[in-house]
Amino acid sequence: MAEQFFASLADGLLIGFVYGLAAMGLSLIWGVMNVINLTHGPVMALGMFATFLIFSQLHIHPYLALPLVALLGLLFGLATYFIAVHRVINAPHLSTLLATFAVNMIIIGVGTTIFTTTPRTVDFDMGRLQFGTVTLLGTRLVAALITILVAAGLYLFLYRTRPGKAIRAVANNRAAASLMGVPTARTLGLAFGIGTMLASLAGALIATFFPFTILSGAGYEMKAFVICVLGGLGNPTGALVGGLVLGAMEGIISVFMPNTWVPVPEFILFVLILLFRPTGLLGAR
Amino acid sequence: MNALKYPAFWLTIGLVAAAGAATFITRSPTLREDMFLLLMYVVLATSLNILLGYTGYVNFGHIVFFGLGGYVGFYFMSRLGWPLWWAALAGGAASGLLALLLGMAVFRLRGAYFALATLGVNEAVRAFINNFKPFGGPTGMSLNFAVYQDYGGAANALWITFAAMFGLALLSITVSYLVKFSRFGLGLMAIREDEDAAKVMGVRTPWAKTQAFVLSAIFPGMVGVLFFFKNGNVEPGDAFRIHMSIETIVMVMLGGQGTVLGPVVGSAAYERLRGYLLTSDLFKNLHLAVAGFLLLIIVLFVPAGLVGWLRGRFPKVRRWLQ
Repeated sequence: MAEQFFASLADGLLIGFVYGLAAMGLSLIWGVMNVINLTHGPVMALGMFATFLIFSQLHIHPYLALPLVALLGLLFGLATYFIAVHRVINAPHLSTLLATFAVNMIIIGVGTTIFTTTPRTVDFDMGRLQFGTVTLLGTRLVAALITILVAAGLYLFLYRTRPGKAIRAVANNRAAASLMGVPTARTLGLAFGIGTMLASLAGALIATFFPFTILSGAGYEMKAFVICVLGGLGNPTGALVGGLVLGAMEGIISVFMPNTWVPVPEFILFVLILLFRPTGLLGAR
Repeated sequence: MNALKYPAFWLTIGLVAAAGAATFITRSPTLREDMFLLLMYVVLATSLNILLGYTGYVNFGHIVFFGLGGYVGFYFMSRLGWPLWWAALAGGAASGLLALLLGMAVFRLRGAYFALATLGVNEAVRAFINNFKPFGGPTGMSLNFAVYQDYGGAANALWITFAAMFGLALLSITVSYLVKFSRFGLGLMAIREDEDAAKVMGVRTPWAKTQAFVLSAIFPGMVGVLFFFKNGNVEPGDAFRIHMSIETIVMVMLGGQGTVLGPVVGSAAYERLRGYLLTSDLFKNLHLAVAGFLLLIIVLFVPAGLVGWLRGRFPKVRRWLQ
C-alpha cells in the first residue's frame, strides 16, 4: 500500500508540472486582460495533434518538435486574439467568454471532422529511473524539466525584456500604460499568444504520456481552471504551485478510488476554494 | 400582473400556442415528434435566458440540470413507481436544489468565477452519475414497458408527454415574462448593467442571482423527466450531452438575449438550421463548427440577437417585441 502510494504520488507530482504549465498560460491571459480563455483546452488538443503529426509524418523526435509547436501556438494565439477577442475586449465578461467559446466550438467541430475521435498515441520510450520501489518514467521527468525551463524563461521574459515589461504594465493598468506610449493592442495580442503557446506546449508534453483525441483538451482545461483558482487567478507562479498540488492530489486519489471519480473531488475542491479562499492558496493581491 | 396586458406577451404565447394547437388538430405523429423537440428547446432556451439574458451571467452547464432532473425523476418512476407528474416535480426540485447550493457557494463572487463553476459542474455530475450504483452507473436505467399502461398505452403516453411539454413551454414563457417586468427582474437587469450600482440601490445581489439561477434550473429538470419518460431509458451519455448546453446558448444569443420572444425565435431558427445541416453531406460533421461560427458572428457583430436588432432598428415594433 505504502509503495503504491509513493509511486502514485511521485507520478502525480510530475504530471502536476505539466498541468501547471497549462494553467500558467490561462493565468497569464486572465491576469493581463481579464479574459477567461475557453480556447485553452482545444489548443492543448491541437498541440497534441501537432506533435503527433510531426512525429508520425516527419519522424522528428517530439522534444525537437517542441519549438515548432510553440511557434505554431504563438501564431494561433495571435490570430485568435485579433479575429475573435480584440473587438470585445472592453465588453462585459459575457462577450469574451462567448467569443472564446465560439472559437472552441469551431476547433472541436473542424478537428472532429479531420482527426475523428479515435485515440492516438505518440509512441516512444525514454527509459525509466528506479528509486527503491518507486519508478519514474523518463518522459515525465523530461516533461517536468521542460516545464521548469519554460517557467524560468517566462519569468525572465516578463521581468527583464521590454515587451515583457509592457505586458506587466498593461496588466497593471491598461489606460495608464496606453498613455505612457505602450502599444496596448499589440501587447494584449502578444500576451494572448504567449498564453496560447504555453497551452500548446503543455498539450505537446501530455501527448508523450497519454493517448488522446481532439476532445481530450476539455478535461485538461478544467484542471487548468481548478489550478488557477487554487493558485489565485492571474498569478503564474501560483499556477505552477497549484499544478503540483492538483497533480499530487490526483495521484493520491487514484490509490483509493477508481480514476473515473477524479472530476468529483476536483470540482468539490474548486467550490471549497471559492467559498473559503477565493484569492487562492498563495493569497495574492 | 399588469404586464399581461401588453401585446408582446400575447404575440409570444400565441406563436407557441399555435404550434401546439396545429399538432393537436392534425394528430400527426411526425409533427408531434418535431414539435416535442422544438418545444423542449424553447423551454431550455427560455429558462437559460433568465440567467444569461436578464442577469448577464453565462451558464455553460445548463444541460446538467436537464440530466440530473431526468435521472432523479426517472429513478422515482422506475424504482418507486411514482406517476409522471410527481416525478417531474421531483426532477425540477432536485435541479433547483443543486442550483441553490451551487449559487450560494459561488455567487458571492462576481464575473467569470460562475462560468468556470458551470463548466466544472457538468464534468463532476456526469462522473458522479457514471459511478453511482443506484442510478445504474454507466448503463443507466430503463422503464418497464408496462408502466405506459397507466397512461392508456404507449401511443397515448406519447401524446400525454407532448401535452405536458406544451404546458411547460407556455408556463416557462409566462414566468420569463412576469420575471422581466417584476421588481425582482428589474433587480436582475440592474445587476447585468452594473453590479455595484445595483448593490447601492438596495438589490441583494448574491441572493437575487441565486434565485435567478434556481428558477432557470427548475425548468430543465422537469424537461429532463418528460424527455426520458418518453425515451424509456436514461444513460449518462444522453443525459449530459455538453453539446446541448452549447446549442442552447447559441439559440438564446441568436434570437436575442434578454428578450422573451428571442429564445423562442432562436430555438425555432436554430432547430431548422440544424435539421438542414445534419442532412447535408457537406456539413453533417461540421454542424458544431457552423454553430460556433454563427455564435462568433453574433457576439462580435450583433450582440443583441435578432429580436434585439429589430427593436433597435425599428423603435415602433418595440411594443410587440419584448
